[in-house]
Amino acid sequence: MKVAAVVSVAALTLAACGDSGSDQPSGSASSSGSGSTKKSDIKVGMAYDVGGRGDQSFNDAAAAGLDKAKSDLGVEVKEAAAVNGENEAAREERLQQLVDAGYTHVVAVGFAYAASVGKAAKANPDVHFAIVDDASDDSKGANVDQITFAENEGSFLVGAAAALKSKAKHIGFVGGVNVPLIKKFEAGYIAGAKAVNPSIKVDSQYLTQPPDFSGFGDPAKGKTAAEGMFQGGADIVYHAAGGSGGGVFTAAKAAGGLAIGVDSDQALTAPADVRSVIMTSMIKKVDVAVFDFIKSAADGTEKTGNNVYDLKAGGVDYSTTGGQIDDIKSKLDDYKQKIISGEIKVPTTP
Amino acid sequence: MKALNPRRILLSAAAPVLALVVAFVVTSLVLVAVGDPVAEVWKTILAVPKPRQAVNIVNAAAVFYLSAIAVAVGFRMNLFNIGVDGQYRVAVFAAAVFAGQAWLPGWLNIVVSILIAMVAGGLWASIAAYLKVKRGVSEVISTIMLNAIATGIVSWLLLKVADRKAGSNSIETKTIPDSSQLEGFKLIPGATNRVYTLLILALLVGFLYWFVLGKTRFGFDLRATGRSESAAVASGVKVPRMVMTAMIASGALAGLVGMPLLFGQDHNYGTTFQSGLGFAGIAIALLGRNNAVGIAFAALLWAFLDVQSNALQIQANVAQELVNIIQGVILFAVVIAYELIRRADKRLEQTRVARELAAQRPAPASKEGAPA
Repeated sequence: MKVAAVVSVAALTLAACGDSGSDQPSGSASSSGSGSTKKSDIKVGMAYDVGGRGDQSFNDAAAAGLDKAKSDLGVEVKEAAAVNGENEAAREERLQQLVDAGYTHVVAVGFAYAASVGKAAKANPDVHFAIVDDASDDSKGANVDQITFAENEGSFLVGAAAALKSKAKHIGFVGGVNVPLIKKFEAGYIAGAKAVNPSIKVDSQYLTQPPDFSGFGDPAKGKTAAEGMFQGGADIVYHAAGGSGGGVFTAAKAAGGLAIGVDSDQALTAPADVRSVIMTSMIKKVDVAVFDFIKSAADGTEKTGNNVYDLKAGGVDYSTTGGQIDDIKSKLDDYKQKIISGEIKVPTTP
Repeated sequence: MKALNPRRILLSAAAPVLALVVAFVVTSLVLVAVGDPVAEVWKTILAVPKPRQAVNIVNAAAVFYLSAIAVAVGFRMNLFNIGVDGQYRVAVFAAAVFAGQAWLPGWLNIVVSILIAMVAGGLWASIAAYLKVKRGVSEVISTIMLNAIATGIVSWLLLKVADRKAGSNSIETKTIPDSSQLEGFKLIPGATNRVYTLLILALLVGFLYWFVLGKTRFGFDLRATGRSESAAVASGVKVPRMVMTAMIASGALAGLVGMPLLFGQDHNYGTTFQSGLGFAGIAIALLGRNNAVGIAFAALLWAFLDVQSNALQIQANVAQELVNIIQGVILFAVVIAYELIRRADKRLEQTRVARELAAQRPAPASKEGAPA
């Protein structure tokens, strides 16, 4: 092993033609391969949405699934992120580059990749693709796993939790960007709250309008919006605003209110000083879906078609970290069962 | 006078070359400073493009070219139209909505949509033109504001007209009918993708730009106004009218920027449409010195860097945004280099004239040392 590593580093240095060894072997993942001790011959290329790994939100959730696949299954991975405002051709090129570099499974994170996944899948029938958050005809293909989530069902449960916990009978919703996907969160949240208390007041606000997607990464905007809601009398605010959510937590703390996290269990991932105000989180298990795609490929069956990760499949859920909603857990699980059985149909548009 | 002077040609080539060298050095230093693999990065960026990538470069360059020409029209008369960014978005949205309705068949739909885009872009620019002429508002300020307003209006209208496909999460206008989608040319052998049909539009605009500005009375007046307003007034040019015309022409050309993308690639306008093209246009017009051919080279260079940078993350584990540093440094260096070269040129010219004068009057040579 050690010898192999030394040889490969030496080869890299030689290839760099005496560039005084300035390059650390940071790019080792791409050039190993043959001498690898791990079992899997699956190579996973990951194309993130804008922000990439480290966005504390959606991309990070996908990255968690990739990391798990890397450690559990020994797959080789490569990551690339989108650039803000880029051309459609750039997205196609990114996927094609991953295919050219020998990656057998390509995961595209985010609906912006819909058309490019469709094209790349047609051009490369031997490569398997997965796309997160899209189930349109654009990305459809015999070698495409279309991963979507029932965000509305998960949001219903946290909406119900907010209504049960709100003393003021007045709650809020902060959406990152006004797009149909985020409206799904809002719709479920409102439906859940109204199911508990039909007369509850729900404030909704979106931080930015497309094509301005800064609403997913601007805590200052999230803080301003949430402050307004708390001042207006709301006592619990749910955010579906990615990185802007940090501002919502800060505002909740300052106002003595509560907040609801999104995508991951934010009572575990948010900065320590605001964790106490995070009553619960709506968990969207992008990591599970990404891992499923890779795991089932490793097991020999490729996932294709539209795979919906809903409450029933355990793709969305609410978190109980911190114990703030332990007293209403039985009621929430009641709703959960009703949604799973189909007794309650959760709307997707507000 | 200007034509075919070997020294001038050499000097005008020197500036961009100098800028590229500076960009290369500065970027390498940045890479070394943050500990990224310098050799890998340059190997990736300077690799010979595959046929597929060559097509992407030509396509991207066509779009950049249109944007830069739109900016250059304003530059030639000292108008700094920062609003190309907003103008092209308003225009492409209007054209996409119209083309999506499929009221007209095939080519007719395309031609009318392009005209609509030009009108929309021109109208949007006319607001800034009006404010400048009637109220003396700097076009720099007004166009920046109008860019922000354009973003707001377009996204608001987009939500109203959005056509949502089943299972999709993106918002976009109705897709234009198949008969109005342009398939493109198989220009580069071995490529699976095609060059935009509307590359023709870029070439046509480039030719017209060269012809109208260089060979017509109107073009002369426009350039004269840019050089010296008072001189233009003295020669009978109606300056407010020229400002109005140039600004609207710039806006109408900005309207064309999104057309190759709309008809050759995206087939609708939505949240994933390319943004920031107007700002790229400003940089490319500066780099190309407002010259029809110079801008073409600059656009190709910009497109080359953009397309080649896509592989950086995959081949060298370096963020693609590195290319923005390269582009920024090139621009910075080229502006400085042009100025240095202009001064050097002036000095050479002065010494040449002095020498010629001295040759005409040989006598004063002896006088020179005497007084001191």
